Amino acid sequence: MDLPTFFQQLVNALSLGSLYALIAIGYTMVYGILRLINFAHGDVFMLGAYFAFYAITALLMPWWIGFIVALSLTALFGIALERVAYRPLRDSPRLSVMISAIGASFLIENLGIVIFGGRPKSFPSIPLFDTVVRFGPVSMLSVSLFIPVITIGSLIALTLIVNHTKTGLAMRAVSTDVDAARLMAVDVNKIVAFTFGVGSLLAGLGGIMWTMKYPQLNPLMGIMPGLKCFIAAVIGGIGNIGGAVLGGFLLGIIEILIVAFLPALTGYRDAFAFVLLIVVLLVKPTGLLGKSQTVKV
Amino acid sequence: MLSVQNLSVHYGGIHALQGIDFEVPDGKIVTLIGANGAGKSTTLKAIVNLVKTTSGTIHWNGELLTGKLTKDIVRTGVVLSPEGRRVFPNLTVDENLALGAYSRNDKVGVASDRERVFVLFPRLKERMKQKAGTLSGGEQQMLAVARALMSKPKILMMDEPSLGLAPLIVKMIFDIVREINKAGTTVLLVEQNAKAALEVADFGYVLETGRIILSGPGKTLLADQRVRAAYLGEAI
Repeated sequence: MDLPTFFQQLVNALSLGSLYALIAIGYTMVYGILRLINFAHGDVFMLGAYFAFYAITALLMPWWIGFIVALSLTALFGIALERVAYRPLRDSPRLSVMISAIGASFLIENLGIVIFGGRPKSFPSIPLFDTVVRFGPVSMLSVSLFIPVITIGSLIALTLIVNHTKTGLAMRAVSTDVDAARLMAVDVNKIVAFTFGVGSLLAGLGGIMWTMKYPQLNPLMGIMPGLKCFIAAVIGGIGNIGGAVLGGFLLGIIEILIVAFLPALTGYRDAFAFVLLIVVLLVKPTGLLGKSQTVKV
Repeated sequence: MLSVQNLSVHYGGIHALQGIDFEVPDGKIVTLIGANGAGKSTTLKAIVNLVKTTSGTIHWNGELLTGKLTKDIVRTGVVLSPEGRRVFPNLTVDENLALGAYSRNDKVGVASDRERVFVLFPRLKERMKQKAGTLSGGEQQMLAVARALMSKPKILMMDEPSLGLAPLIVKMIFDIVREINKAGTTVLLVEQNAKAALEVADFGYVLETGRIILSGPGKTLLADQRVRAAYLGEAI
């Protein structure tokens, strides 16, 4: 493979990896706080894209206002989802909550088909993101350059929130010991809502970026990215934000490498994510950056 | 004054607390003693609503606490330092203390309380930036008490502060309990170490399988034949 092709694939890999990372963060944050896999997270991703689509095409908002509105709606949707589908089951066995999550996922997908229609829609072109950029022989859509920047920016912002704010401190407390956090007068419901809000906002951001990169929307578009980002979060060590980003990048890069170097196996690119999951779980069950929990008595 | 009337708690089919009544007057040290499973921890957890009560009422200075959220109970000055210390192992000593002060907005007061707990526990100051999980058991207990003090308790409830600690540390913890009390904080102490608890307490209650079977001033209970036989390991 020549150098330009290498760089071309590298850019593809980085932008896909950043998208995965952005979505994986939401899985890992929610898991970190509630020990819950939010199976509807991929569908929240889909909703983010649709909200932006309708804001721009139906409500004729300028794209950036449309994005802000869509992201706010997605965050609110995530908070409402937790309120309706998960909070009533907070003290129930974990299996009940998981079933509720899967149910919520199916519900959103099928409501999506009813409300948005099953036929794919194409996302409007936004010149800032839709320009072809060339660096010598390497060319890409400008959105592919924005995606890694947005992911890294989100990661930095999130790290600052978690490590340097009072809310972040409470988040870390809730994630280690909910009852002890309650004894510190932490409003656990508020922290959980905040976590869902931020996670869903990032998923919405991912959804919007995704539809600009692969400019089609359909109500089931969240399923595969959702599953893969769940895998990315597990590979990185679920509950660990840095791990989710690492897992996302790893998955994106490996996927693109397969397509680039082993074109014959392209059809297996999705299957590969699951193979990787199995291998990581066999070798390091806590994920790459996960720590096994030790209890001191 | 904390006043508990007819408090009952069920865990599934188990009737863990079977209608207990007791009072903690302001400025006093009151202790609940009893064997494992007598319902001591359950009582404290019920007061801060970490377990649901089946019946009974809890009043704090005339205000009904029953049914309030834990965070709101803590904000009224009823603070629990839980059994097993429950410090946040992955957070630093400093962050644990900051969580103790989570509900407070008076920066000046928080800063001066921090100085105060560092005077009480100089060891914690040395370990400020260390993860709580790396502290020894005794240091973790100090942190648990210090963290509770940061919540500015009017009544500090301590669940088994001596559990699993070396005798010297136990003595130190009980000295601190006295000191905290002298500074004006009411203390409700739950202990299996009946002797140490009754020695510091103004008043004590003996719990047995969810009922209060005996009560009296600490010194009286210490001298009581039944208490000596059951909890202080003396043959009659």
